Amino acid sequence: MTHLPRLLLLLALGLATAAIATPVSAQPATTTEAPDPFAGLASDSFDDVIAALGALAVSGNPQAGPTIAALQADSLYYGPDQALYIKTDSGYIDARTGKPATEMVEDDLSPVRVNNAVRRAMDAAKGGLDLSSPDPAIRQKAAEEVFKSRNPETISLLDRVIAQESLPGPKAVMQQARAAAQLTEGSGSDPARLADIAILRARGDMEAKSLLGSLHDKSPVVAAATAAAIASLERLEQIWSLAQGVFYGMSLGAVLLLAAAGLAITFGVMGVINMAHGEMVMIGAYTTFAVQEAIRSYDPTLFGASLFIAIPLAFLVSGGLGVVIERCLIRFLYGRPLETLLATWGLSLVLQQAIRSMFGPSNREVGTPQWMSGATQWGGLTITFNRLYIIIFAVVVIAALMMVLRYTALGLRMRAVTQNRRMAAAMGIRTPWIDAMTFGLGSGVAGMAGVALSQIDNVSPNLGQSYIIDSFMVVVFGGVGNLWGTVVSALTLGIVNKFLEPVAGAVLGKIVVLVALILFIQRKPRGMFPLKGRAVEP
Amino acid sequence: MSRLSTRICVALVLGSALLMAALNLYTNAGSPVHVPTYAVSLVGKYLSFAILALAVDLVWGFGGILSLGHAAFFALGGYAMGMYLMRQIGPRGVYGNAILPDFMVFLNYKELPWYWHGFDNPAFAIVMAIVIPGFLAVIFGFLAFRSRVSGVYLSIITQALTYALLLAFFRNDMGLGGNNGLTDFKEMFGLSLQADTTRAGLLVATAIALTLCLLVSRFVVASRFGKVLIAVRDSESRTRFLGYRPESYKLFVFVLSAIMAGIGGALYVPQVGIINPSEFSPANSIEAVIWVAVGGRGTLVGAILGAVLVNAGKTYLTGAFPEVWLFALGFLFILVTLLLPNGVLGMLQSRGKKDAS
Repeated sequence: MTHLPRLLLLLALGLATAAIATPVSAQPATTTEAPDPFAGLASDSFDDVIAALGALAVSGNPQAGPTIAALQADSLYYGPDQALYIKTDSGYIDARTGKPATEMVEDDLSPVRVNNAVRRAMDAAKGGLDLSSPDPAIRQKAAEEVFKSRNPETISLLDRVIAQESLPGPKAVMQQARAAAQLTEGSGSDPARLADIAILRARGDMEAKSLLGSLHDKSPVVAAATAAAIASLERLEQIWSLAQGVFYGMSLGAVLLLAAAGLAITFGVMGVINMAHGEMVMIGAYTTFAVQEAIRSYDPTLFGASLFIAIPLAFLVSGGLGVVIERCLIRFLYGRPLETLLATWGLSLVLQQAIRSMFGPSNREVGTPQWMSGATQWGGLTITFNRLYIIIFAVVVIAALMMVLRYTALGLRMRAVTQNRRMAAAMGIRTPWIDAMTFGLGSGVAGMAGVALSQIDNVSPNLGQSYIIDSFMVVVFGGVGNLWGTVVSALTLGIVNKFLEPVAGAVLGKIVVLVALILFIQRKPRGMFPLKGRAVEP
Repeated sequence: MSRLSTRICVALVLGSALLMAALNLYTNAGSPVHVPTYAVSLVGKYLSFAILALAVDLVWGFGGILSLGHAAFFALGGYAMGMYLMRQIGPRGVYGNAILPDFMVFLNYKELPWYWHGFDNPAFAIVMAIVIPGFLAVIFGFLAFRSRVSGVYLSIITQALTYALLLAFFRNDMGLGGNNGLTDFKEMFGLSLQADTTRAGLLVATAIALTLCLLVSRFVVASRFGKVLIAVRDSESRTRFLGYRPESYKLFVFVLSAIMAGIGGALYVPQVGIINPSEFSPANSIEAVIWVAVGGRGTLVGAILGAVLVNAGKTYLTGAFPEVWLFALGFLFILVTLLLPNGVLGMLQSRGKKDAS
């Protein structure tokens, strides 16, 4: 009895392999000449159904897949004269043609019955069909399934599909599946086993490692090769996990960089301690929320573009607010950094409460567009798209910021004013206006950071508070007044944080970094890359 | 002027505390002059905040060190007292464990962590409420002042310090109650914390501690040491060139101030009945700075005045118009820095001078 499923599987797969010989894109016209593979399904005998499933898998009929899927979903019915119908929400369709069925009488229909043996035959038929599917992605996926099953009975089938396969991607997986099956089966000469081990070693992932770990070869040569392959896979695994750590660290670093970039302008270049900087970020995030709300109610098709609409808007909203703040508050406090700190802290409380009154105290839902969600596998690396895009966005923002400072008239004046205010004024630069613009630029960048952060963090009135201390640490660690220093410092802090996390835990890791920073600032009060020369205050 | 205002302040603090205690204990609940117990504890809380404000004024007003982490010292003192009060619960906790506090039973602790030993002794706990903040201040101040970290940089790293402590105390592994902190206190020195007499006693004790702190601070800033300290505040380099060592002066005043903050925290905890990690939040430290700014920086008495005024306002507004409080506090920060750089007391003094001239 225990052999039955195996036999059935063999039968189905054997038949499926034969299917490879017939062209995959067989025309329906040709199938009418061959014996009808659907016939056996219209039966109340399980054996007939199982045999028919095998026949269907080899038929190459384009309707084979939908029919088997219908059987799996318990929606396959048969009527008199071996007619087969698939029940759908919109009525019955003919299983053989895939066209809506019109001439059938519902009362004459009975469902095709299924038991466990039939279910196994269905799975095998489906796997066989998929391995020879016209779509390479499906072929590859089916081969992966076979690899995981390590079923020795698939070897002959795999041999045939490998011979048929023209694309390198699915072919490699099929070969790996064959090697896995072969090794698990346990027979085979030493050289053949060594070759299989080499194939698995080249595959280089956890699955291959666990498979190799389960082998117990008597032959010392093969056992040694297995051990060596496992060791090499472990090394590879370490390298990948290191790379993964670097990626996570870079994405955290990009977040820190975005949050700190605006501060690098207002604090780093202008020397204004803006404790309301975090609130500029928060307002950027709420702008994203508002944009998405507007899109939802006016034109939901634009949702994919919501972030691209939000980025310039957030820049304008936060930047505009920054200009207003500079004109109404900060300009009265130049030269009094401690007072600036207190006043802007008060401002941050006001802004938080204002947002809380407008949008409510709870987290607001900011959606992620389709193109930003999901992840991709790159070797042993899992790359989530939102993290990847945030890294790219951070690079773009920093590059744009540097361009503005370096190549535009505004940037030139900004640098002139920060280097020598009175001389700049004597040259005819309107320094108060430049101050307002610089502060607006820094605040606008913070607003753009808010758009990015809305994708990975809770959008609540407290959003800014959680970044303000980190942002200041980044700027101070990197060296005030030095954008490159800010970049290096954000990435360093991000990566160090991520590598400490597994060792010390997330919270303790953060504490260690903070304490290390506090000690570092005491060693080098002007950061990693201090400004040298005349720009340094006496 | 400052000597006069100190005397007035001492008289007011001690007098009103004693009066409130007496009116609470010796009048009936129906009497029009009766002071309810909650008001006694509330004023006791204000006065412990006033000790914190005094500590901030000492370093900021006279040393020019704007510490945005002074609430950390306050909370550390509070935790030391909280640990003592926790041990006093004994077998009366929910789980009835005579040795382990409830949260430890809950978290499957088998025995008391080593740093909890000794806290069943009130004298030890009080010493610790002074030593722990003082020790942290020595380490931190030594490193910071020696490498001449000053101005906003110092502010930012003090803020990072309290933030790191906030994160640390949130952890359950810390063995200090994690997120919930220490609470459910029953008695202190064998006296029930719910009793009116204990509450009135705590108010008077806080008033006395505040007075002592004020007198010590006044003595320090009026001494030769204080003159040098003010010189450091106004021009650190010049003072250094005159042959003084500014870092030593700053370190001393920083440690003294941390100890005062610790005492404030130790008195605060039994009166509010809870200490949890949110006391470490940077916002609390900055709020303490604004009390000083409102009252008048560098006046000592002004710090006390500011702490009481702002906190009374906070109690009123959070009760009557909860959503207005943050607006009010925020605008207070802005208006005081823009329009009242010397605080309420500074304004009164300059008006007094104008009238006299």
